[in-house]
Amino acid sequence: MSAVIAPHDHEHDDHHDDHGPMKGWIRWIITTNHKDIGTLYLLFALAMFFVGGAMAMVIRAELFEPGLQFVNPQFFNSMTTMHALVMVFGAVMPAFVGLANWQIPMMIGAPDMALPRMNNMSFWMLVAGVLLLASTLFMEGGAPAAGWTLYPPLVLQTGAALPFAIFSVHLLGISSIMGAINIIATIFNMRAPAMTLMKMPLFVWTWLITAFLLIAIMPVFAGAVTMLLTDRFFDTSFFDAAGGGDPVLYQHIFWFFGHPEVYVMILPTFGVASTIIPVFARKPLFGYSSMVYATASIAFLSFIVWAHHMFLVGMPMAGELYFMYATMLIAIPTGVKVFNWTATMWKGAMTFETPMLFSIAFVVLFTMGGFTGLMMAVAPADFQYHDTYFIVAHFHYTLVPASVFILMAAGYFWLPKWTGHMYNEKIGKLHFWLSAISVNILFFPQHFLGLAGMPRRIPDYAVQFADWNMVSSIGGFIFGLSQLLFLYIVIDTIRGGTGEKVTDEVWEDAHKHSLEWTLPSPAPYHTFTTPPETVPSEHF
Amino acid sequence: MSTHNAYYIPHKATWPIIGTVGLFIMLAGFANFLNGSSIGPGMMILGLLVFIFMLAGWFTLQSLESEYGMYNTQVGISYRMGMMWFIFSEVMFFSVFFGALWYTRNLSVPWLAEGVTGEMLHKGFEAVWPTNGPAHLLGGKPTPDGEFEPMGAWGLAFLNTLILLSSGVTCTWAHHGLLAGKRQQLIQGLIATVVLGFLFVGFQAYEYHEAYTEMGLTLGTGIYGSTFFMLTGFHGFHVCVGAIILSTVLFRSWRGHFKPENHFAFEAAAWYWHFVDVVWLGLFVFVYLL
Repeated sequence: MSAVIAPHDHEHDDHHDDHGPMKGWIRWIITTNHKDIGTLYLLFALAMFFVGGAMAMVIRAELFEPGLQFVNPQFFNSMTTMHALVMVFGAVMPAFVGLANWQIPMMIGAPDMALPRMNNMSFWMLVAGVLLLASTLFMEGGAPAAGWTLYPPLVLQTGAALPFAIFSVHLLGISSIMGAINIIATIFNMRAPAMTLMKMPLFVWTWLITAFLLIAIMPVFAGAVTMLLTDRFFDTSFFDAAGGGDPVLYQHIFWFFGHPEVYVMILPTFGVASTIIPVFARKPLFGYSSMVYATASIAFLSFIVWAHHMFLVGMPMAGELYFMYATMLIAIPTGVKVFNWTATMWKGAMTFETPMLFSIAFVVLFTMGGFTGLMMAVAPADFQYHDTYFIVAHFHYTLVPASVFILMAAGYFWLPKWTGHMYNEKIGKLHFWLSAISVNILFFPQHFLGLAGMPRRIPDYAVQFADWNMVSSIGGFIFGLSQLLFLYIVIDTIRGGTGEKVTDEVWEDAHKHSLEWTLPSPAPYHTFTTPPETVPSEHF
Repeated sequence: MSTHNAYYIPHKATWPIIGTVGLFIMLAGFANFLNGSSIGPGMMILGLLVFIFMLAGWFTLQSLESEYGMYNTQVGISYRMGMMWFIFSEVMFFSVFFGALWYTRNLSVPWLAEGVTGEMLHKGFEAVWPTNGPAHLLGGKPTPDGEFEPMGAWGLAFLNTLILLSSGVTCTWAHHGLLAGKRQQLIQGLIATVVLGFLFVGFQAYEYHEAYTEMGLTLGTGIYGSTFFMLTGFHGFHVCVGAIILSTVLFRSWRGHFKPENHFAFEAAAWYWHFVDVVWLGLFVFVYLL
C-alpha cells in the first residue's frame, strides 16, 4: 500500500520546497523551521527573563530594609530558588539555544538544522519542563525552597512540589540533550563545503563545545535528582548516612554537573562577544585559533574543578589543594580571551552602537566577575567568602553584566537581520547606560556585604548590613525597570522600528565577517538551500 | 524518481508536540501519584498511551520515508551522529550510579566507621561491603536486626551474563546476514536476539522476586540495596527498551525493509544493544562480583 502513495507524496514534497511559512497559529506549534524555532526560544526566554526578574524584585524588596516586610521566610526562600532555576533553565540557556537556532545554519551555510523534527520537540519539552516547575508555585508547601542546588537532606523536606520539580529537571534535561545533539549534528554535517572547521565563526565554535558539555552533564543532573526522588519516595539511602549513604555524595554529583553548567551559560556568551567586537572594531578577531583552543581548554577544565564549590564540606587536604590549583588554571585560557578581545579593539576604527556598548561592558564587567572567582578559588580565603553575599555578587557579575548583557547585545546586533527593521538607537543607548550603571549599583555593594559576613539566602539580616542592602535594592529596581525598555525595543523593531530600510550587511562591512550578512534582511524563510560557494575568511 | 539529492527537511511535524504532551501528562501523573493523589495513576496511563501512540506514529513515518528513499547519505550521517551522542548521554547517566557505588564503597562507608565519627555515633559499625549502613545499630530501618543476604554473582547473574553476551553475538550474526543479503540469517539472528533479551529480563524479574521474598534484599536495604536495584533496575529497563526496538527492527526485516547499503534503523538498534551489553559487564563486575 505504501509503495503506491510514495511517488505522490514525493512529488508533493518537491513541489513545496520553496514555500513560505504556514498560515495561522498552528505554524508555531508544528514548525520545523530553524528560524521559527529560534524565534520561539527567544520569545520564551524573554518572557522567562521577566518572570525570573519579578522574583528578583520580590527578593530585593524584602531585603530593602532589615526585618520582615513583605513575604514570609519560606516564600522568600522559594523566590531565591525559583529565581535561579527560572533564570538558568528558562531564560539564559533557552536564549542561547534560540540564538543557535537562528544563527548556526545561516553562519555555516546550511539549509536548516540537521534534525528539524527533534528541534521542534526540544523546544516543547522545554515549555513542558518549565510548566511543571512553575506549577509548584501554587502547591501545598510552596515551591522548592532549598536553593537551586537542591541539596539533601533539606530539599527532601519540600512539600508536594518535590516530585514536580524533579520531573521538571528531567524534561529540561531531555530538551537540552536533544538540542545539543542537534547542534553537534548540524555543525559537523551541514557546513557548506568551503566552511572548514577553522573558518567557522567563534559563535559556532563555542556552541559546538557547549553542546558537548550539555550532553555530558544533563544526564548527570538527571541521575542526581532521580536519587533524590528514590530517597524520598522509594526508601533508598543514597544521601542518608543511616543507610550507609552520604549527603555529600549529592554535592559531588551536583557540582560535576553544576560547574560545566555555568560554562554552558558563559561559553556561547564568549562566542557572541567574539562575533560582535570585530565588526565594530572593523578588524578581524585577534587570535582566532587561540580563542578556539582557549574555549576548548575552559570546557575541559570545567570537568575537573567541581569541588571548589565544596571547600567547606570537610574534604581531605589533598582534595582542597587539588581543586584549588585546578580552578586557578581556568584563569589562563580566560585571560587569553580577555586579552584577545582587547587586542581586537586595539587601533580599530571603533564605533559605539548599542551592541558594541553592551559587548565592551561585558569585557570589563565579566573580568570583574572573573577576578572574584579567582579570589574564591583560593581555598583558605574561600572559608570566609563561602555562602556569603560575596559569592552572590561574583556569580551575578558573570551572569548579568556578562551573559545577559551579551544576550542584549545579540538582540540589538541581529534584530535588524531577523526583522529587516532597524531598532531605535537612542532608546537602545538609554537602555544600555541605565543597565550598565544600575547593574553596578545592584551588585557591587554585595561584595562589601559578603566580606562583612552577610550570609546568602536569608530574608532578614543584622542592622549593620542595612545601608548597602538599600543601595543594592535601589540599583535592582532601576535595573529591573530599565529592562522594560528592551521589551519595548523588541516589540517596536518587530513592528517596523525606525522605518529605516536596512541593508543586507546591516553593519558596515559585516559581510566580511560572517555569512548571515550576505543574505537579504529580513532573512528569507529558507536560506542556503544550496550551499554558498565562498565563505568569509579570517583575514580580510 | 526515488533519490533526493537535497537534504530532506520536513515542513511540519505533529508528532513532537503529541509526544511532549504525552510525556508531560505521564510525569505530572506520576508526581501526583507519589503525592498520594487519586488522579495520578489515570494520568500516568493516559500519558503513557499518548507517548506510545507518538512513538508508533513517528517511527512508522520515519521508516516509510526511509523506504521511499527520501533520506540521502547526508541525512543518514545526521541520524548516526544523533544516535551516537544519545548513547553517550546514556553512558553519562549510568556513570552517575556507578560513581555513587564507587564513592560509597571506597570513601563514605569507611568514613562512617572511622575515628571519632564511628566511635561516637555508631560504635560497632563495621565498614564492610555489602552494607546497609549503621541504622540497625540505632534501632532504625530496614529490619530490626539489619539482616539481609547479598546477591551472588555465580547464579542467575552469571547465567544472565552468558545470555546477554550470546545475544550480542546473534545480533552481529544477523548484521552479517543483512550485509550479505541473506534474509533468513538476518531474521533468525534477530529472533534469537529478541528472545535472549526477553529471557534476560525474565530471569532478572525472578532474581528480584527472590531478593524481596527470600533474601531480605530490597530498595530499603541501605546503600547496598539502593545501588544494587538502581543499577540493575535501570539496566533492566534499558534491556526491555532495546528488545522492543529490536522487535520493531525484526518486524521491518520481515516486511523486507533494509538494504545492505542502507539500514540505519538496524545499526542504531544494534549499537544500543551492544551498549546495554557493555553496561551489563560493568554491572557484573562491580555490583555482583567485587
